[in-house]
Amino acid sequence: MHEMALCEGIRGIVEDQARAHGFATVRSLRLEIGRFAGVEKDALAFAFDVVMRGSPAEGARLEMIDLPGRAMCYDCMVEVEIEARLAPCPRCAGGRLMPVAGDEMRIKDMEVV
Amino acid sequence: MCTVCGCGTGSVEGQGHRHHGHDHAHDAADPQHHHHHGPNGDLHFGTGAAGTHVAGLSQARLLEIETDILSKNDAYADGNRRVLKALGAYAVNLVSSPGSGKTTLLCRTIGMLGDRPLAVIEGDQQTSNDADRIRATGAPAIQVNTGKGCHLDAHMVGHAMDHLALPRAALLFIENVGNLVCPAGFDLGEDAKVAILSVTEGEDKPLKYPDMFTAARLALLNKIDLAPHCDADLDAYEANLRRVNPNIDILQVSARTGAGMADWVGWLEARLAAKSDKAAA
Repeated sequence: MHEMALCEGIRGIVEDQARAHGFATVRSLRLEIGRFAGVEKDALAFAFDVVMRGSPAEGARLEMIDLPGRAMCYDCMVEVEIEARLAPCPRCAGGRLMPVAGDEMRIKDMEVV
Repeated sequence: MCTVCGCGTGSVEGQGHRHHGHDHAHDAADPQHHHHHGPNGDLHFGTGAAGTHVAGLSQARLLEIETDILSKNDAYADGNRRVLKALGAYAVNLVSSPGSGKTTLLCRTIGMLGDRPLAVIEGDQQTSNDADRIRATGAPAIQVNTGKGCHLDAHMVGHAMDHLALPRAALLFIENVGNLVCPAGFDLGEDAKVAILSVTEGEDKPLKYPDMFTAARLALLNKIDLAPHCDADLDAYEANLRRVNPNIDILQVSARTGAGMADWVGWLEARLAAKSDKAAA
């Protein structure tokens, strides 16, 4: 997807936070990534190392926390958790599911010095 | 290049446009509008922060951020939305693969809309060919070249809107970069994403690229005049669209023959009327 652009976004937030809170170095940074966010985690980790060079987060340890994918099943009208975007409803095996959660891409926290 | 804000190799092209007032003072002095890529500014150790200091570990501390990675884009999108709302203008973000017929469809749509106020923002990596085609219809158009960027973002669109001087109750068409992946994740402040899918692309395309069709309010199944020539199963297209988005509206059209185009124009006019009436009230 657009992992490079996402890392540019992370860098902008890191730099804003460094100014606001007065820190020089980010030791570690935790991201929450939804199952349906379309993020390729290996590509994100690679882009992170490249994009953070020269920023307070250069060399920071990156941790990614998976968030589950949830969808409303339009056949049984119940919100269910699904493993894959096109997986059938685990309750009724229906195929008409609208995602309601799992597209998250956010910075949870950072350990800073 | 900054792919998030489009500064760097990206450019906005239009009537004598220069990237005015937006030479991105690449500095820290203007936090509202900074696209800072260099080393950060002043550092003030120990001046406070949200204060979850870890005792005994020098100044190491945990900062709870809970911020969406695309929050900057979303803030620009909210700004665009406010401008559109005040004008009672309705914006559609046209998304599709390259070659689905977006520009041809748009030219035909503009012709059918007659005197209605409208404007077009064209996104492509390179060339102003599409904006030139739109301008040939008489409609105002701005080309945004994203350079290496694979999608339009809200910041680029905000700039383009500044230069279009959008009239009240206008329709704004934003033709995104031909790409079924990245544009799904970038809110531009539009009222609806409209996905265009041509019958030459394969019935399973919505299953291959579900995010875009899930994000879309309406799918236009285009080039239906070609369906008999390429054994396209229109029912299968519709079933697969509804599989990934049970709420999606679907219209079958041919921008070349005009089939179904009146329904699409009706769809636009109904939504524009609802929004502009609310703005006028």
